[in-house]
Amino acid sequence: MENELKVPTMAELFAAGEQPEVLFWVGCAGSFDDRAKKITKAFVKILNKAAVKFAVLGTEESCTGDPAKRAGNEFLFQMQAVTNIEVLNGYGIKKVVTACPHCFNTIKNEYPGLGGDYEVVHHTQFLKQLFTEGRISMEGGQFKGKRITFHDPCYLGRANNVYEAPRDLIRKLDAELVEMKSCKSRGLCCGAGGAQMFKEPEKGSKDINIERTEQALETQPEIIAAGCPFCNTMMTDGVKNKEKESSVAVMDIAELIATAEDL
Amino acid sequence: MGYLPNIVFAIILITGIGYFTRNIQKLSRNIKLGKDVDTSDAKAQRWSNMLRIAFGQSKMVVRPIPGILHIIVYLGFVIINLEVLEIIIDGLFGTHRIFAFLGSGYDVLIASFEVLAALVIVAVVVFWIRRNIVRLKRFLNPEMKGWPKTDANWILYIEFVLMLLFLTMNAADLQLQQMDVAHYTKAGAFPISQFIAPLFQDMSISSIIIVERVAWWLHISGILLFLNYLYYSKHLHILLAFPNTYYGKVKPKGQFENLEAVTNEVKLMMDPSADPFAAPDENAPVPEKFGASDVQDLNWVQLLNAYTCTECGRCTSECPANQTGKKLSPRKIMMDTRDRLEEVGKNMDVNKGQFVPDGKQLLGDYISQEELWACTTCNACVEACPVSIDPLSIIMDMRQYLVMEQSAAPSDLNNMMGNIENNGAPWPFNQMDRLNWAKES
Repeated sequence: MENELKVPTMAELFAAGEQPEVLFWVGCAGSFDDRAKKITKAFVKILNKAAVKFAVLGTEESCTGDPAKRAGNEFLFQMQAVTNIEVLNGYGIKKVVTACPHCFNTIKNEYPGLGGDYEVVHHTQFLKQLFTEGRISMEGGQFKGKRITFHDPCYLGRANNVYEAPRDLIRKLDAELVEMKSCKSRGLCCGAGGAQMFKEPEKGSKDINIERTEQALETQPEIIAAGCPFCNTMMTDGVKNKEKESSVAVMDIAELIATAEDL
Repeated sequence: MGYLPNIVFAIILITGIGYFTRNIQKLSRNIKLGKDVDTSDAKAQRWSNMLRIAFGQSKMVVRPIPGILHIIVYLGFVIINLEVLEIIIDGLFGTHRIFAFLGSGYDVLIASFEVLAALVIVAVVVFWIRRNIVRLKRFLNPEMKGWPKTDANWILYIEFVLMLLFLTMNAADLQLQQMDVAHYTKAGAFPISQFIAPLFQDMSISSIIIVERVAWWLHISGILLFLNYLYYSKHLHILLAFPNTYYGKVKPKGQFENLEAVTNEVKLMMDPSADPFAAPDENAPVPEKFGASDVQDLNWVQLLNAYTCTECGRCTSECPANQTGKKLSPRKIMMDTRDRLEEVGKNMDVNKGQFVPDGKQLLGDYISQEELWACTTCNACVEACPVSIDPLSIIMDMRQYLVMEQSAAPSDLNNMMGNIENNGAPWPFNQMDRLNWAKES
């Protein structure tokens, strides 16, 4: 069932004198990374199915500045932030949803101090709300009884105390949610945060994503669920390193739901 | 001559408290070397954090075994110190068990002190075994060699001896009470020391009095010495945990401060009416240094954090970088900060209160770039700390210094930042291609 994606841009809506219910902040990974683009599309399919009136900034979107800030380049971060805030405020944006916990954290917590005040939600929170409001519904279907473990993204979990939204969605799949030995507030990082994604790790005995993948594999999962494009990459690499890619899939929550819905 | 003990006691007491006050003044001066930071917000949440985390020990029990043992020692510390009040009054006025008039209430007090003292002894022994026999991994990191290890064991020995002296004192007292010796008021219930008292049965009254007096004097002197040991020890947390949890971060952990000095610069750059060639105002303050290379660049809460750290290592054991063999240890960040701050303080002591540059700094001489760049900013260390210390904020401030003052980022990160500057993404993709995904199948 290949539907044409409906992805309106803010510029188009604005020209038509309309406001979206929510702005979908796609993020750099979601726009450019081949793996993350699949997450973006899965999320859009759900938005389309639920008839959510959303828009993206498209070519007007730019990096939030998160990796620059965590690398210590506050200057570049604030330049990015101020530019993005000008665009968002120019369109009168009230609510932002994003599938990237780093964008989520930055826009939610660090933009207000620079003049950007929005209601910001992570896509798992938004999807959960769609279920609660009855705008989408789901039969467990193909994930019924499957063992799924959820890897908490640091910038969603510890950084912002969002632990339950992604788990509630996994439960809606009728799947068997299994927890790793360190999860929620004690979840181990995938190794990508703090701009580590963009550099070689320091000398050590092991890569962090391997350590985390081992913890995930200990739960004997069929699927490792993620809620962050960077965690997704790290865990996918980890599973490949362990040569388990034929039996263990790494999937974003949005992909799980889109697949269950056969979108 | 009759007043000699009272005078000696008063001298010991005043000396003990006097030195302690001097140490606290030094501590406060050093902490104030940090930059000012506004902590006047979220008062209700701050009080609640202090009550929950410090008084309520809520984060200690995340690890149940050390958590429960620690609660015992903590309760012992708080409650048995009520006894110190009585000892001080008795010592100053030559009375004996002045609170005995409380009757059965006094029995309950003394009995609970005794039970706690016995439990503290058990807890301290288990702690010692965990450090020296079981050798838990988090007590063996490289930063725990030398003084930190000795310090940790000393604290356990002192607590052990203090509790033992307390029970010995009570046991001898009980024996004297049973022998109807004058001055030894019949008061108190002794659920633990009643088993020690029979040891003194065959001794002469004067010998038992000597045992009781020696234990009494050593107990109170020991407490005063321990009080003065705090400043030189990781054990300062017994006092600083309370202010530290109050002043700890109240914003979401993911929210890092936006540097105001940078905001001003950015505003100037974005202001179309600003004249880029204008000469700076003569009275304009020197532009603020970005980030931190030494302790004076940190804020005072971060310095308070450093003195509060009791080197338990929960941060380091939860750190993904440390778990995978990297050099970074959040505990070492805190220990280094305190060591450097102490060094700066001593420098000021010998230079009439002025810091004379010593050619050293926190960055490089204590904390290496390799440690700083290994951090994933995951906040596991901040979450793990039972007293709300934030090692991550120090790491971030030092990264800011490296990048904005020294342009010393790893080359991979320079590429990433160059990409963001040029095309608005950490990878070299054109911003005009941002929506291409929507058209790809």
